[in-house]
Amino acid sequence: MHELTQPLLRVQNLHCAYGARAVVRDISLDLWPGEVLAIVGESGSGKTTLLNALAARHAPTSGTVAFAMRGSGLQDIYALSEAQARLLARTDWGFVHQHAADGLRMNVSAGANVAERLMALGQRHYGNLRAQAGDWLARVEIDPSRIDDRPDTFSGGMRQRLQIARNLITQPRLVFMDEPTSGLDVSVQARLLDMLRMLTRQMNLAAVIVTHDLAVARLLAQRMLVMQGGVAVETGLTDQVLDDPQHPYTQLLVSSVLPP
Amino acid sequence: MTPTQTPAPTALLDMQSVGKQFVLHLQNSTALPVLSGFDLRLLPGECVRLSGPSGMGKSTVLKLAFGNYRATSGRIWVRDTDGQQIDITQADARTVLHLRSHAMGYVSQFLRVIPRVAAIDIVAAPLLEGPDSGFTPAQAREQAALWLTRLRIAPALWQLPPATFSGGEQQRINIARSFIKPRPLLLLDEPTASLDPENTQTVIELIAQARAQGIGILGIFHDAVVAQAVASRTVAMHSFQATP
Repeated sequence: MHELTQPLLRVQNLHCAYGARAVVRDISLDLWPGEVLAIVGESGSGKTTLLNALAARHAPTSGTVAFAMRGSGLQDIYALSEAQARLLARTDWGFVHQHAADGLRMNVSAGANVAERLMALGQRHYGNLRAQAGDWLARVEIDPSRIDDRPDTFSGGMRQRLQIARNLITQPRLVFMDEPTSGLDVSVQARLLDMLRMLTRQMNLAAVIVTHDLAVARLLAQRMLVMQGGVAVETGLTDQVLDDPQHPYTQLLVSSVLPP
Repeated sequence: MTPTQTPAPTALLDMQSVGKQFVLHLQNSTALPVLSGFDLRLLPGECVRLSGPSGMGKSTVLKLAFGNYRATSGRIWVRDTDGQQIDITQADARTVLHLRSHAMGYVSQFLRVIPRVAAIDIVAAPLLEGPDSGFTPAQAREQAALWLTRLRIAPALWQLPPATFSGGEQQRINIARSFIKPRPLLLLDEPTASLDPENTQTVIELIAQARAQGIGILGIFHDAVVAQAVASRTVAMHSFQATP
């Protein structure tokens, strides 16, 4: 039935701790190409720590995270050489921060922000870099005439879209996002959600999105993982989890907000 | 499963002794049984109507078949496009997503979409799912335009998000985006509830055409005229009531 035989990302028995305090406990999951997984839960539930562990930004205390490398299959991301890990972070992966300022260089032009990953991969032709950066600005609905402006002259929504363009220019296969819409006005959020959904679909992009907003999860993610106290208390299709929650904590979460 | 239990390969949907109860953990774990021992075998070209008053679990049956609700007991076999029967009560999320994309469609009573997306793009979206959908965005929009025309959505509305549309217009958007990508099994929850007679007639014709193509339909039709026109048989829900 499925053409693919291995997932893009395989997480097995992952544990993370800060000192003696366990914050992620025994999480396992598979993510397949094109799938969007939302991680939801209250503050302190461990969802950002889990995201960072999946994205090679926080080494787990035990368990494995394996990524399907081009040509060589599933490989433990914490066993990669530094050069391999850097290349992965610049090509096949993206990371979209909650605060765009954490993911952008605020003191260089929008065009340079978008083209940076291409330059890191060795592209040097100025005209090509500028053309590609301009294309990506247009794709994220930023007027390409702003290419020489610095992001600190952009609105919050534009900065977030710029951060997305900066990540997607190398056609990654997996993007991690930490609360990508939470700092934005509602009207700007809708636009960004629409754009993210279109881009993930067009590029067959897989994504892991941390959010506390169940409506965002409903609109963007096919799958959902609910965390409480570092444990995945419920997983499933997003609509299953939201419409027929099984775990007491998920029922509390769903009943505490306006219908997402 | 032993071979004798495996359903005959022609059933598009085979629900066997399906039960559903909700456990409300926030209300002293009150158990709310809504369905018990539900059996249904749906063949290609059939249109089965679920009948009974509100609260008898009609919508629940559709949601169970679509994998939206999780069954408490029983088996729900859905036939994949390659003929394989898959029990969606046991299937993983990825398999259910595959079935929804290829083997079954669902028209809910409500349109739930990203706020600012144009109606025509909402209708075109199912044709653009996945990397090998076979449609360019322009081709998908062309198809969407045909469906919007057929369902009498004024072209002036096509580029607008449907949030401000009337109930009947929203329902027709929902119908269009489901019919644009024909799947062998179609689940319809009151598809004509807010439609005028002319559009109701169109939906009746669409259902008849779908049946003629071998699509199997399980639906809720409160309107007696619609039910009479589309259904090949009726399943009365009162036989499957759970006792608290």
